[in-house]
Amino acid sequence: MKHVIELKVNGDSYQVAVDPWRTLNEVLREDLNLTGTKLGCGTGDCGACTVLLDGRTVSSCLTLAVEAAGKDIRTVEGLAPSGEELHPIQEAFIEEGAIQCGFCTAGMELSAKYLLDRNPAPTEREIRASMSGNLCRCTGYDKIVAAVDAAARKMK
Amino acid sequence: MIVRFEYFAPKSLDEVLRLLDEYGPDACLLAGGTDLLLKIRAGAVTPTAVIAIKAVKGLDLISFDTTKGLFIGATALLSDFAGHPAVTKHYPALRDAALATANVQVRNMGTVIGNLCNASPCADNAPTLIAMGGTAVVESRNGGRCVPLEDFFKGPGQSVIGPGEIVTSVTVPVPPKGSGASYLSLSQRSRVDMSAVGAGVFVRLESSRIAQASIVMGSVGPVPMRASKAEAILAGKRPSAALFARAGEAAAKESKPISDVRASASYRRQAVGVLVERALGEAAARAKGD
Ligand SMILES: Cc1cc2nc3c(=O)[nH]c(=O)nc-3n(C[C@H](O)[C@H](O)[C@H](O)COP(=O)(O)OP(=O)(O)OC[C@H]3O[C@@H](n4cnc5c(N)ncnc54)[C@H](O)[C@@H]3O)c2cc1C
Ligand code: FES
Ligand code: FES
Repeated sequence: MKHVIELKVNGDSYQVAVDPWRTLNEVLREDLNLTGTKLGCGTGDCGACTVLLDGRTVSSCLTLAVEAAGKDIRTVEGLAPSGEELHPIQEAFIEEGAIQCGFCTAGMELSAKYLLDRNPAPTEREIRASMSGNLCRCTGYDKIVAAVDAAARKMK
Repeated sequence: MIVRFEYFAPKSLDEVLRLLDEYGPDACLLAGGTDLLLKIRAGAVTPTAVIAIKAVKGLDLISFDTTKGLFIGATALLSDFAGHPAVTKHYPALRDAALATANVQVRNMGTVIGNLCNASPCADNAPTLIAMGGTAVVESRNGGRCVPLEDFFKGPGQSVIGPGEIVTSVTVPVPPKGSGASYLSLSQRSRVDMSAVGAGVFVRLESSRIAQASIVMGSVGPVPMRASKAEAILAGKRPSAALFARAGEAAAKESKPISDVRASASYRRQAVGVLVERALGEAAARAKGD
C-alpha cells in the first residue's frame, strides 16, 4: 500500500505517494528530480547520498522515504542561499580545488555543514574524523580537508 | 528493493506490542534500519510488516541515576549516546565502543540497542556492555522479562528475542568504586567499518588487587565471548603489565575465530590477545583514577 506523505525539502513542501520500501534517496532523485544527492554504494559506506535530516547527516540510501515524512530535509540544492550566491562551504570547495569528478561533493559539503554547525573551529583531526563517512576516489582528501578548514574561517 | 512490506510507525509502545503480536514471526522492528534494510535487500529476512519504533515517545531516553545506574532506551542513537555527558563521565568505555561503531551518518541513524539486537558477533557495543553487567529489558504482549546481556546472544544473527518481543531498554549498573573499563577494536579502515576484532574489559580493584575482572571478546566466535581462563589468571593479583600480557595470551588461546572478508583467523587470534592486554591496562588505569 502506498503512503501519502509530506516531504519538506529545503523549506519546500512536497506531497508524494510512495511505496514504503522506497528509500529517501530514490524519492528525492526520481520523484522530486533533486539529483544533487548521489547514490554510490547504496549500503551506507560511501556518504555520496548524505542529506541532513532534522539537522543531522544521514545516509539517504538507508533511510526509508516514509521515515523522513514531516522532517526537515536539507540537500545540496538547498545549501546555496540563492541562485546567484554559493554557500561559503561551496566557495571553499571550488577555491581549494576540492572537487574533481564531483560525485562525492554533495555528501562532503553536507557533512562539512554538519560539522561546522556544531564546531565552528575544528582541528584538522576533527575535520578528518567527522568526514570519515564520506569517501572520495579522486582528490586524495587533503584538498577537501583544506576546503573545510577554509570554509570554517570564511564562516567566522 | 525488490522485497515488499507494509510499514507501520506506531506512536505508543502498546501499539508496537499489538502489531508484534498480530504479525508474529512476519514482523521486523525497525530502529535505525542500518542493519535491517541491508538484510531485507539481501533477502536474509523477508518481513511482511516493518514496525518502525522511532516515533514512539520517550523510547530514546538516556538517563543516569547514582543508585540505578544507566538507562538506555530502545531508540537512543549511537551519536546521542556517545555524546551524553553522563555516559562520558561514568562510562567512558561505553562511549568509546559507540564511537567505534560505523561512521558519523550511521551513528546518526543507528541505535545502541539495534546493534545488540542485530546480534552480530562483531557488534561493537556488545563486549563492554556485557563486561559491565548490562541487562536487557524485554517486553511483549504477554509481559516482560529481564535478560542479562551475557545470556542474550545465541549465535550469529540470533538472540534470545523471539517473535512478539521487543527490547525496550538496556540498563547498566553504577560502576563500583575502584573499577574501570575499556573497549578497544581493530578494523580494516580504522574505525568506520565493522570491527575485525574487539575486546571489552571491566576490572575492579580492592586494596590494590584485582577483586573482579570480566573480559569479553568480539568477532572471535559465533557470539561475543567471555575469556574465563584469562579472567581466572587475574583474580586476586596485583595489576601489572606482565600479568596483563599473560591474560592476553590466555584470551587469545580461548578465542575461536574464523577467517572471513574482514580478517584471517590467525590474525584475529593474535590481535585479540594484544587488545585484551591493552584494554586491561587502560581499565586498570581508569580504576586507579589516573
Ligand atoms: C556503513 C556501515 C558501517 C557499520 N559499521 C559498524 C561497526 O563498525 N560496528 C558495528 O557493530 N556495527 C556496524 N554497522 C551495523 C549497524 O550500523 C549497527 O549494528 C547499528 O547499531 C544497528 O542499529 P539500528 O538502529 O540501525 O538497527 P536496525 O537495523 O533498525 O535493527 C537491527 C536488528 O535488530 C532488530 N531490532 C532493532 N531494535 C530492536 C528492539 N528494540 N528490540 C528487538 N529487536 C530490535 C531489528 O529488527 C533488526 O533485526 C554498520 C552498518 C553500516 C551500514
Ligand atoms: S550511497 Fe548511501 S552511503 Fe553510499
Ligand atoms: S571528487 Fe570524485 S569522488 Fe570525490
